Amino acid sequence: MGQQEDAREQRRTIAVLVDNEPGVLARVIGLFSGRGYNIESLTVSEVDPVAGFSRITIVTSGTSMVIEQIKAQLARLVPVHEVHDLSTEGPHIERELALIKVANRGDARIEALRIADMFRARAIDSTLESFVFELTGNPGKINAFVGLMEAIGTTEVCRGGVVAISRGSNISMVTVDGDPEDDPTQAG
Amino acid sequence: MTSATQPDTEPQTRMTGAAIVLKALQDQGVDVVFGYPGGAVLPIYDELFTTNAVRHILVRHEQGAVHAAEGYARSTGKVGVVLVTSGPGATNAVTGLTDALMDSIPIVCLTGQVPTHLIGNDAFQEADTTGITRPCTKHNYLVKSVDHLSDIMHEAFHVAARGRPGPVVIDLPKDVLFADGPYRAPSAPRRTTYRPRTVPDQDAVEQAVDLIASAERPVFYGGGGLINSGPEASRLLTEFVQMTGYPTTLTLMGLGAFPASDRRFLGMLGMHGTYEANLAMYNCDVMINIGARFDDRVTGRISDFSPRSRKIHVDIDPSSINKNVPVDVPVIGDAATVLARMIETWKRKGCRPRQDALARWWEQIDSWRARDCLAYSQDGSVIKPQHAIRRLFEKIRGRDFYITTEVGQHQMWAAQYFEFEEPNRWMTSGGLGTMGYGLPAALGVQVAHPDALVIDVAGEASFLMNIQELSTLCQYGLPVKAFIVNNQWMGMVRQWQELIHGGRYSESYTASLPDFVKLAESFGGVGLIARTADDLDDVIDEMLAVDRFVLADIRVSKEENCFPMIPSGAAHNEMLLGQDDRMEHETSDDGMVLV
Ligand SMILES: Cc1ncc(C[n+]2csc(CCOP(=O)(O)OP(=O)(O)O)c2C)c(N)n1
Ligand SMILES: [Mg+2]
Repeated sequence: MGQQEDAREQRRTIAVLVDNEPGVLARVIGLFSGRGYNIESLTVSEVDPVAGFSRITIVTSGTSMVIEQIKAQLARLVPVHEVHDLSTEGPHIERELALIKVANRGDARIEALRIADMFRARAIDSTLESFVFELTGNPGKINAFVGLMEAIGTTEVCRGGVVAISRGSNISMVTVDGDPEDDPTQAG
Repeated sequence: MTSATQPDTEPQTRMTGAAIVLKALQDQGVDVVFGYPGGAVLPIYDELFTTNAVRHILVRHEQGAVHAAEGYARSTGKVGVVLVTSGPGATNAVTGLTDALMDSIPIVCLTGQVPTHLIGNDAFQEADTTGITRPCTKHNYLVKSVDHLSDIMHEAFHVAARGRPGPVVIDLPKDVLFADGPYRAPSAPRRTTYRPRTVPDQDAVEQAVDLIASAERPVFYGGGGLINSGPEASRLLTEFVQMTGYPTTLTLMGLGAFPASDRRFLGMLGMHGTYEANLAMYNCDVMINIGARFDDRVTGRISDFSPRSRKIHVDIDPSSINKNVPVDVPVIGDAATVLARMIETWKRKGCRPRQDALARWWEQIDSWRARDCLAYSQDGSVIKPQHAIRRLFEKIRGRDFYITTEVGQHQMWAAQYFEFEEPNRWMTSGGLGTMGYGLPAALGVQVAHPDALVIDVAGEASFLMNIQELSTLCQYGLPVKAFIVNNQWMGMVRQWQELIHGGRYSESYTASLPDFVKLAESFGGVGLIARTADDLDDVIDEMLAVDRFVLADIRVSKEENCFPMIPSGAAHNEMLLGQDDRMEHETSDDGMVLV
């Protein structure tokens, strides 16, 4: 018996607060490759230079059993302070930054600008035969924009990966003074 | 910070990195280190020489050092400590570290490293030790500044021992060992993140107890977590089993956590477990897993694993829950703490086992037991391996003994035919299945328990894998007994080839074996040989009487197979009980690919 496993693949966005120390990213990536988990996107940057915390955002997919494993395995790494499943903990916002270069001529350039305007992409570099657009949005929006640009020119794309945060006033991942001193539920 | 001993201005005694290492080891209560020197760790060896503060056991190979430390740790409940040099010293330790990770054994391994300014330069004896050991340690550190050294040393012991134990590597560049830095005594751990949960959620405990009380066909399934939790966990399990009268089985890692002589003990479960244990698991309605991890050696084909039971899983590591088998009641916490709460809850609620149902369940179990699945007949003069191992056990029963094993058939027979009454007496490589584990592990056990009887039940092929440690036994006068169940085959490999690969015995014969008697003598020990069943008892007696290390070469029948056996990819109710038990079906394709 046991709980019935939900065999459907789900996409999840997980935020992880870690000590900013050498090797921490390798530990997280090694965990995913060593155990065969998917990584769709992974971003990392320091968020609290005083406490020395970095925040990692991982977009992954798997069955509910695998997702639970991923979270438990992450939580058990020694430099990991907190693991949050943004997809299930309430509404959240995802954004990605992309730089898209499109090389084309003639009318297609006008079309590129028109589409960029619609997507609120900014042209940040231009020659007579190319633009570089800067675009932020959720990954779907960026996919759509890139798709359109590919149709009207030769493109080169660089994407920053997904960053995400919960909506609302609730501060779920305390960075400064957030020592969970009396919380015995951390890690494994 | 313990204020009584620490004045306000924390005294930061300054000393060299090497001295900090030694001081930290002493403050952590370390009394022995298993190691092997080399250029990068010479400052530590110098410090060992001048302070003489910690005993050092010089092994003959770094893999041996880690296994010895594992034997030490498993037989004492303390952290085992290893000291090796950079490069090849560290890479040689990798198998041991992986073994300790898989079996959750607390180890702190100090590795030398080239000086910080040369890291990344392909310097002599440089290896990316933290990179190589990241996946085979619970945690690791590269110490880049002597200022952090004492904190890291203390934290490493904390991380190795707390929660689910495991190996921790500290990589020490040589310049850090020479530099002067502050020494801080062990205080509250520096790291605030690593605080594993030990106290269970009371709601989960109540739910578990209700389920346990409602059971008609219950079974306790205990594992290595009981041993790691400390002897109190085993005591409490025994108490709980006695209160409930429920049948109890243990994994390979858990043997000793419940007394084998108790009639409620069904023996070991899993691939080579007993008929009654595996059928109880298959047919139970409530399974109470305490400190075991639903390993594939235990579950067999997962889709048919105990299909009709509701499952309680007690584990200190949340990542073990729902990993292989979905469970109904997870309880996260330390085994002893959880068991104490369960017993307290059971009493407070006035729970009673359902006697009628339980009596019927026992009747059923006793009928399985009557199959006597471990029976063998020793007839003729050729020694049966089962008989050799059983006789050894009968001769030492009641004595203060510790058993280690190598890996293979002999290991499974030892698990089947020895009876362990207490925890920490049985040391075997379960998760990694490392041939060559048993001899160095026995060495470590003997260092910890100099007066006890320590026996490595070995296969001849495995024994050759770390045989260099005989020299260590000789040097320190460690009277380890190696009981070599010599079938002249990699028996377990031969068995699989016979049963699954059409009898094509590819490269599994152990040709050109040494003369073990002469070998023992050349290393300064005693060699004995038993060729026939008539020799056996005398050889065992003599082995036990000698107070030096002994190699007993027990020539056993060559083609014996280890039963019961659940072929890979099969379910618990598809067990083979003996040579005449034909496999119902050819092993499935899914089964063939399993290890
Ligand atoms: C280091 C290592 N290499 C290979 C194996 C695969 N293996 C498992 S059992 C075994 C044979 C062991 O032979 P022996 O030590 O003589 O024990 P027996 O099975 O004959 O009792 C082998 C090769 C292993 N477990 N460990
Ligand atoms: Mg053999």
